[in-house]
Amino acid sequence: MKVSVKVYRFNPEKDKKHHFETYEVEAEPTDRVLDMLEYIKGYYDGTLSFRRSCAHGICGSDAMRINGRNYLACKSLLKDFNTDKITIEPILGLRVIKDLIVDMEIFFEHYRSVKPWFINDEPPPEKERLQSIEERERFDDTTKCILCACCTTSCPIFWASDTYIGPQAIIAAHRFIFDSRDQAAAERLRILNDQFAVYRCHTIFNCTECCPREIEITQAIGEVKEALWTGKVK
Amino acid sequence: MKIHQFEVIVVGAGGAGLMAALYASRTANTAVISKLYPTRSHTGTAQGGVGAALGNEEEDHWEWHTYDSVKGSDYLGDQDAIEFMCYEAVQAVYELEHYGLPFSRTAEGKIAQRRFGGHTNNVTGKLVRRACYAADRTGHMILQTLYQQCLKNNVNFFDEYQVIDLLVVNGAAAGVVAIELGTSELHVFHAKSVIFATGGHGRVWSITSNAYSYTGDGIAIAMRRGIPMEDLEFFQFHPTGIYRMGILITEGVRGEGGVLLNDKGERFMEKYAPTVKDLASRDVISRAMYLEIKAGRGINGKNYLYLDVRPDTVNKYALADGRKQPDGSPYIVTSEEILAKLPDIVDFARTYLGVDPIAEPMPVQPTAHYTMGGIPTNKYGEVVIDENNTVMPGFYAAGEVACVSIHGANRLGTNSLVDLIVFGKHSGLKAAEYARGVDFQTLPENPTEFTQAQLDAINNAKGNEKILDISNEMKEIMMDRVAMFRTGEGMQSALEIVRELKERFKHIPLHDRGKIFNTEMINIWELGNLLDIAEVVTVTAIARTESRGAHARDDYPKRDDVNWLKHSLAWVKPNGEIVLGYKPVVITKYQPKERVY
Repeated sequence: MKVSVKVYRFNPEKDKKHHFETYEVEAEPTDRVLDMLEYIKGYYDGTLSFRRSCAHGICGSDAMRINGRNYLACKSLLKDFNTDKITIEPILGLRVIKDLIVDMEIFFEHYRSVKPWFINDEPPPEKERLQSIEERERFDDTTKCILCACCTTSCPIFWASDTYIGPQAIIAAHRFIFDSRDQAAAERLRILNDQFAVYRCHTIFNCTECCPREIEITQAIGEVKEALWTGKVK
Repeated sequence: MKIHQFEVIVVGAGGAGLMAALYASRTANTAVISKLYPTRSHTGTAQGGVGAALGNEEEDHWEWHTYDSVKGSDYLGDQDAIEFMCYEAVQAVYELEHYGLPFSRTAEGKIAQRRFGGHTNNVTGKLVRRACYAADRTGHMILQTLYQQCLKNNVNFFDEYQVIDLLVVNGAAAGVVAIELGTSELHVFHAKSVIFATGGHGRVWSITSNAYSYTGDGIAIAMRRGIPMEDLEFFQFHPTGIYRMGILITEGVRGEGGVLLNDKGERFMEKYAPTVKDLASRDVISRAMYLEIKAGRGINGKNYLYLDVRPDTVNKYALADGRKQPDGSPYIVTSEEILAKLPDIVDFARTYLGVDPIAEPMPVQPTAHYTMGGIPTNKYGEVVIDENNTVMPGFYAAGEVACVSIHGANRLGTNSLVDLIVFGKHSGLKAAEYARGVDFQTLPENPTEFTQAQLDAINNAKGNEKILDISNEMKEIMMDRVAMFRTGEGMQSALEIVRELKERFKHIPLHDRGKIFNTEMINIWELGNLLDIAEVVTVTAIARTESRGAHARDDYPKRDDVNWLKHSLAWVKPNGEIVLGYKPVVITKYQPKERVY
């Protein structure tokens, strides 16, 4: 089928502001949006710039705003959109560097701020630390995160101010707070008990709706809030 | 141009690079350079598990893992190195757990283990649960966990820097030159030790499970500096890629009881591997699939087969095989268990195939998956540059880019992740140790000269060729003639086409003249790497007149231990000529014998 692909273009070395270019692409309904971008770059305009790597929804490089919602370009097929008109823009709330490439540094800074690493200062046993199937299941959902930023850049609170830590950083903390082997839950909760952290979430659910890993983000944020109120991690 | 100085430079931020960085940074000033943000690395796509004889689910021994890997390699793996890896694997997996890796668990709370192809109980010959897993995203969890540990330990990162050249002074590594993608500025990283952990080159073939960024950069860079490549003719085709897309469906699906079926509904692996059937090693299964398709038994006569993990199918064949749970009860699975153990696979099948694997079988075909060959190293990750295994001072390689050789002619499933953590660790230790004992070398007068020459060639190219045309033609011809089944004649014609493509490559005009994220320029450079590698793969494959592991030839169908029980080495001379040499395989305990599964 013929598809009309409208792409956000911005070249900081030439343009004062962005504009849109439209390309006519011959595509199969099962083609990925990423396939169309590759085609446009390969045959129409080599200057079109975007990030991509694994092309099957695991590496998290190609988060984009497609027809008004965040997706991974490699995990969204043309047929999912029920239209022959596709509009592709960079994810919102981060500075656009060039075309679909945004400056991710603030996003990663928020991630790092919650100490997203395992903390347990006791000497480890000779073999593995034991953990029951139920204890492991408790934080399974948030281990799936691939740091693509679909969630944080779909959040209107983050759009309003990038001082908000964002859903990704909260679920990164959740993954450790609810891990029975980790000992730094109190410290992480202290970090999240901040005016720029967990309380700015207004349960809008955009994050959960667009997460390509189908993580129940809003629920995880709710669990962190509950842990803060009750002082209990369960 | 900027100049940085670090004692140890690690190139690549996948599992091997991060493990190397963690260890090197304990005692040496270390930095990691990666063309991607580290968590985008290809390790993250590994699914099924990391092999280690923990014996958590049933009796197992690292010696069994060693024998299975030797046999899996079709006796081309170096047995001293394989022993070392399988012994070290056990502690390495515990170490990952201590770093917080969220492994799935057994009822006793230990690390859960599943079956994987070619991993057996050496007494009974039956499959053993050896693959330690975190659902079906084991690689993702390894990558995340190691990156988190690097953040915790304040490792230095240069993200989105593309390394273009290795600096060599007096025969030793002296650093690397990289281009900062965000600005196109050149950076010289002056170092005492350089570790390459840059991954493989599956993008040479049209159907592949590999990332766009898997363009063999480390191999191409090293070849241009006169370092030989070992066993590049051996490239693994994984049996179960999603039809036409190549996206990987883990062997863990078959570990959980899934089976391969042809158009007649036959479980054809019973014919080819009567004992372990659908969990024979990958080369055996991919070849069987090829033969089934060639005989017209592909689904609807097309070039794909079914991978069936519907609970009814699994339970039917588990009963027929007499498969038992660890407690001795019959093996029975439910839809919920499949979903819990293989969530990502279910998601991939739904997204890309529109198929629910709980209700329908998945169309699959073999997909280019893993580089067995690469930069020759010893078991400490030191690069060795000739038939006598002479060490090149200051240069190390680990992970898929390296050829230790652990995987020989065919890698066993789960051993790639074992390779990353064991040899990542030891290359990091060795690189730091070496750095402690030497001074920085004097840099060449113009360290960016060779980098600049490569970039100038891309900048000044004139003509009307298209990058996608050249890349697609290379992939198609390599898939058609230098993949699972090969003939001398077919490969010779492929070689001629690849050489023509290398000429046409010089006439791809660069449209993007900007400095900021000039991805077109980088993509052209990467394609140059793939073309160089495709040529060497084909030349080494033509020379090897036998069939062994993943290298299967119609015109030489038998393994030939008299003439070919040896590693190939390929040097690319400055005039482009490819010179071949050979070195012996290290054999300790296991004399080659016929491989039966």
